[in-house]
Amino acid sequence: MKRPLQMKRRFLSLAFLAALLSAVSALAFAVEPNEMLSDPGLEARARVISRDIRCLVCQNQSIDDSQAELAHDLRVLIRERLLAGDSDQQVRDYLVARYGDFVLLAPPLKPKTYLLWFGPAAIFLVALILIALYFRRRRQDAAPAPLNAEEAARLETLLAEDDDTTAPRREGPR
Amino acid sequence: MTPRRLLFLLPILLFAGLAAYFLLRLGENRDPSEIPSALIDQPAPAFALPGMTEADAGLSNADLARAGTEGKVTIVNFFASWCLPCRAEHPLLTQLAAHPKVALYGILYKDEPAAAAVWLKGLGNPYGAIGVDAKGRTGIDFGISGVPETFIIDRAGHIRLRQWGPLDQPTIDRKIMPLLDELTR
Repeated sequence: MKRPLQMKRRFLSLAFLAALLSAVSALAFAVEPNEMLSDPGLEARARVISRDIRCLVCQNQSIDDSQAELAHDLRVLIRERLLAGDSDQQVRDYLVARYGDFVLLAPPLKPKTYLLWFGPAAIFLVALILIALYFRRRRQDAAPAPLNAEEAARLETLLAEDDDTTAPRREGPR
Repeated sequence: MTPRRLLFLLPILLFAGLAAYFLLRLGENRDPSEIPSALIDQPAPAFALPGMTEADAGLSNADLARAGTEGKVTIVNFFASWCLPCRAEHPLLTQLAAHPKVALYGILYKDEPAAAAVWLKGLGNPYGAIGVDAKGRTGIDFGISGVPETFIIDRAGHIRLRQWGPLDQPTIDRKIMPLLDELTR
């Protein structure tokens, strides 16, 4: 049998967890039941599209997540377009024509956005090349430079002298 | 120092350049939540809205076209009686409506015509005609994200300026009046 205090604590933490979970699920389902289409295939397509459409009121949310009234209107609009027989791309184009590319959460790939899409990779590549060049140069610096004629001659004489020292000494006191 | 040895200054210079750019952009005093309109230089979207009462003819593209043939520039203002900034910009709209070459039209966005009638009775009605956009669909066609928003449409029916949020005197002086002068020349 557990002590009452411990049980109370456990109950409290469970209640907190439940509250947290319900808050999270409320955030995840902004789509209201009366918005949903009876055709599950179309409804699934509508959900996928609306996950990529930015809510213009609360700008870093998709309209799928947002409870703003405009997001609701746009969700209804998307479903109407799908019922009217639009393809997914036609629905997106319809919204882009009115709100611009900003309405798409993922910026489209076009010349104006090349810098955005490829800029980081390009900077990374340039950095890689610079690092490779740096290390190559360092390796070259570490290798001794070849001797010029004067140095070679001096080395010859030094080596010759060295040979002499190995010979038995014949003169001079110790 | 040789030029090669000065290379270490490059990252510092790059950083200084970026910082200066960001500082300039911050100083522009622009609202980052304001999104440029996708409709600039596009024809105004097609719409036909009912009026505030049965007797009221409402508002449609035909009204914009008629104003254009009369040599007037059209200002279309989305408003609602529940919208506080709309109240703030109302005197400025009244002032703009007095311009001899301007036709000011209102689109009542998601509001009860009865509530709007009371609101206009109190503040005065500067609009040449009003259309009721009860479901907000015309608002979506104009790409608005809330009220108030104001569009300036030239005589050929093309949208030339979108004011996001309430009008204020500096905006009118610096942007709207010069544009009106240009469009009515």
